[in-house]
Amino acid sequence: MLRYTFHRLLLMIPTLLGVAVLVFVLLRMMPGDIVELRLLMDGGQVSPEALATERVRLGLDKPFWLQFYDWITGIMVGDFGTSMWTGRPVIEEIGSRLGLSLQVAVMATILAVSIAIPLGTISALYKDSWIDHVVRIFAIAGLAVPSFWLGMVIILLLLYNFQWIPPLTYVPIWEDPIHNLSQLIWPAIAVGYRYSAVATRMTRSTLLEVLQEDYIRTARAKGVYERLVISRHAVRNALLPVVTVIGLEFAFLIGGLVVTEQVFNLNGIGKLFVETVTRNDYTMVQALVMLVAAFFITVNFVVDLLYAALDPRIRYR
Amino acid sequence: MTLVESYQQPETKARSARSDSVLLDVDNLHVHFETTRGMVRAVEGLSFDVKRGEIVAIVGESGSGKSVSALSIMRLLPKMTGRIPHGRITFDGRNLLELSDEEMREIRGRHISMIFQEPMTSLNPILTIGLQITEPLQIHLGMTHEQAHERAIELLGLVGIPDPARRLEQYPHQFSGGMRQRVMIAIGLACNPKLIIADEPTTALDVTIQAQILELMKDLSRRLNIALIIITHNLGVVARYADRVIVMYAARLVEEGVAENVFHKPRHPYSMGLLRSVPRLDRPRGAKLETIEGLPPNLAIMMSGCRFAPRCPFKIEKCAEEPALLRTDLGGLSRCHRHEEIAAGKLAWTGGGGGGEVSAARKTTPLLSVRDLAKHFEVRSGLRGSGGTVRAVQDVSFDIYPGETLGLVGESGCGKTTVGRLILKLEQPSAGEIRFAGTDITKASAAEMKALRRKIQVIFQDPYSSLNPRMTVGEIIGEPLHVYKLAAGKREQHARVQELLQQVGLRPEMAARYPHQLSGGQRQRVGIARALAMEPSFIVCDEAVSALDVSIQGQIINLLEDLQRRLGLAYLFIAHDLAVVRHISMRVVVMYFGRVMEVADRDTIYAEPLHPYTKVLLDAAPVPDPTIEKGREPRLIKGELPSHLAPPSGCVFNTRCPLASEECRQIVPPLREIKPGHAVACIKV
Repeated sequence: MLRYTFHRLLLMIPTLLGVAVLVFVLLRMMPGDIVELRLLMDGGQVSPEALATERVRLGLDKPFWLQFYDWITGIMVGDFGTSMWTGRPVIEEIGSRLGLSLQVAVMATILAVSIAIPLGTISALYKDSWIDHVVRIFAIAGLAVPSFWLGMVIILLLLYNFQWIPPLTYVPIWEDPIHNLSQLIWPAIAVGYRYSAVATRMTRSTLLEVLQEDYIRTARAKGVYERLVISRHAVRNALLPVVTVIGLEFAFLIGGLVVTEQVFNLNGIGKLFVETVTRNDYTMVQALVMLVAAFFITVNFVVDLLYAALDPRIRYR
Repeated sequence: MTLVESYQQPETKARSARSDSVLLDVDNLHVHFETTRGMVRAVEGLSFDVKRGEIVAIVGESGSGKSVSALSIMRLLPKMTGRIPHGRITFDGRNLLELSDEEMREIRGRHISMIFQEPMTSLNPILTIGLQITEPLQIHLGMTHEQAHERAIELLGLVGIPDPARRLEQYPHQFSGGMRQRVMIAIGLACNPKLIIADEPTTALDVTIQAQILELMKDLSRRLNIALIIITHNLGVVARYADRVIVMYAARLVEEGVAENVFHKPRHPYSMGLLRSVPRLDRPRGAKLETIEGLPPNLAIMMSGCRFAPRCPFKIEKCAEEPALLRTDLGGLSRCHRHEEIAAGKLAWTGGGGGGEVSAARKTTPLLSVRDLAKHFEVRSGLRGSGGTVRAVQDVSFDIYPGETLGLVGESGCGKTTVGRLILKLEQPSAGEIRFAGTDITKASAAEMKALRRKIQVIFQDPYSSLNPRMTVGEIIGEPLHVYKLAAGKREQHARVQELLQQVGLRPEMAARYPHQLSGGQRQRVGIARALAMEPSFIVCDEAVSALDVSIQGQIINLLEDLQRRLGLAYLFIAHDLAVVRHISMRVVVMYFGRVMEVADRDTIYAEPLHPYTKVLLDAAPVPDPTIEKGREPRLIKGELPSHLAPPSGCVFNTRCPLASEECRQIVPPLREIKPGHAVACIKV
């Protein structure tokens, strides 16, 4: 098991390197660069010399391979460079927003899991009953309704019914938990609904499948309490695919909440992504893509470890 | 007629009055299933009883209602679709059908246990064996964790699992199929039940393991005075173990009686036919298998009259009336109007018999010649990534002559299927050569291979998954004609498909059907027609009949023999069923653990087997004759197949061989010719 973990960790390096090459090349294939964009933005007149000087300052005059080399060697020692637009260190720019995005993602996950697993289970157990129909309508609606739209509805409802809107400034949870939660719970609900819908459907269908398995019949034939048949024998087996879905959705929430963050006016990773891409801020975009890729890889890795924890067939082979 | 009346049979309940010794009494049981095809009457008017400590076998083909009856006793029918509209199931004085769910749960696992067919899937993969055994002990007997653990160790010892304390911590995937079935038995025995229902308990297991498991169950049943209901389609199993036999056909009980009577003096035409359509190891080999023609009826359609009549050679006008269950001269029961005539010996089975001896046209040059064939697989085991080599096939050599059938027998994991795949070039061998009509297949180019593929065809085991569900039968059979341009134009192709269908005994209109609309036997016929379309001279039959019901199996075997005679085909017949192999083969190769153990003519190998493994294999296979089976002392082979990652040194069979000595652990015995045409790989012979 230890060796496996180590092996998997090693494998992350070539994957990330591949992502680095891809994003680096793709960014430079886009027309225009940050210097022109920033200096000519207001339609002003800037001498070609000024543009060249600016390029030299940002290191854009060097050959591609050297730029790439500088960037990669920087990452190795933890230096992601500075934003080409604001001039602030990339780590600082991202760090201030990562906390927020991560918190929304974690809250949405907790919400989704605690809704999806019981609902999916009940729905499977009472297949084709009215409960099942209600749950399925709930789940289909969750898939159909865009999170940002739900977010707008939530804000409007709060405004009309309570004449209250969530706070607009982000305060870390350890500084003022009430302020923090009253701001972030709403986006967590907005994205958590869709998330829970996906997981509910997954739980329902895998549980239905597991309930057909021979070992469930064996458990019943042993005279095990029905409650125990479901909780011990069925649900644990049904969770395996659900864990995968939860993992993928979780990774998506980091950097994927572009519009929802706009709706709630949150300064998260998604919003930062849009800003930096429109500004051609190479160093920022590169760092963000690397961050999201690393996130996806890590989550997948954690999912695999969870699989091993849940399934002895993977653990002892 | 009201609903209740319609279930009341005019027949008298011709059974002995209930005594105290009756443990289970099933009375006029009806089971219905709601399906998309309408209501299926899976069991109709089933009545039987089981006495304390008695072993009763329920025999029947798939769909006859035998498993459904067992699930009804346990009240484990699928909730959504299954329904018991009428009947009584009295167990130990209580009607199980009137109990609440909670009362029934208290009986399941405590007083009635059930052992299922598939040991591979019947245990929960993510829970330890220990937990799965102790669960009923803690629930039913209120044992503490420690007490249950003690008892679990005792139970594993009882079912013959070595090192029980350590095994309790393990998970199902760490056990072999036979060991898992032992665990299932241990779970069944846990609370000292009064009745165990075993639904095809050994069907998924190898012959030698099957013998071990059945012997264990019988021994435990006798020792602990537990009544046993064995549900099976294997008549040999029934003959060895049952006191009483119940034969079911198309949802109804057709015959019941003491095992000896049902086997030797059947009083229902279906039982007679069933017994005659299985190839048998204990009788001289007949030229042609007698079969029951036709197919079992569709239970979704209401029927009147005797259900077996459409397939019965003794059908008379009266058979349009539903026969009652009548007491026979032997004290059993038979649902046949003519049972008295059968008893008087006036009716002899004539269904589909006759036919001449399969001509063994051996020519001097073999059609297929396999020399020193080997296939090794590199495996990496699991997360730790430690590698190893599995020698699936080692030093295998044999010849097949034109028009001949070579039987290849062995248990699962012996490499027989791999040999078939190598000949079909679905795998590339690690060493050795395969010459087909002079060309070495292993070195053939793609173009040469394309020509050869026409001549070498295959029939697979599973007729359900080996036909494309989205193609019609006509398209499936016509595809090779099209690919190899064997038919000029659509019309000729159509004509050829019709001809092929006829050749395999299917009606021409079948061409428009899809595989799911056909029965298992019909699908296997389609598979054969598809193979024949290429006009091959050689067909690999990989377990071609083992997924089929007994009466259908006989039909397919006869078809294969018929085609061989007419078209001069050669077959490599790969199977695990020794009786079937004996029936169809001219020569037989016995494999074990990737190596050939013995090669001989069919009659020699069955009459005078020389290799200890062949002897054990023949011994383990039960024959459908209770007198023979109950009289003989079973010589059980010890142990299980060794691990492919840690193969035994020397002779591969030495770990289980009764004759093994130190020498056997040193030398790999070569295949030596003892007599002309009879070769054995054993130094003790």
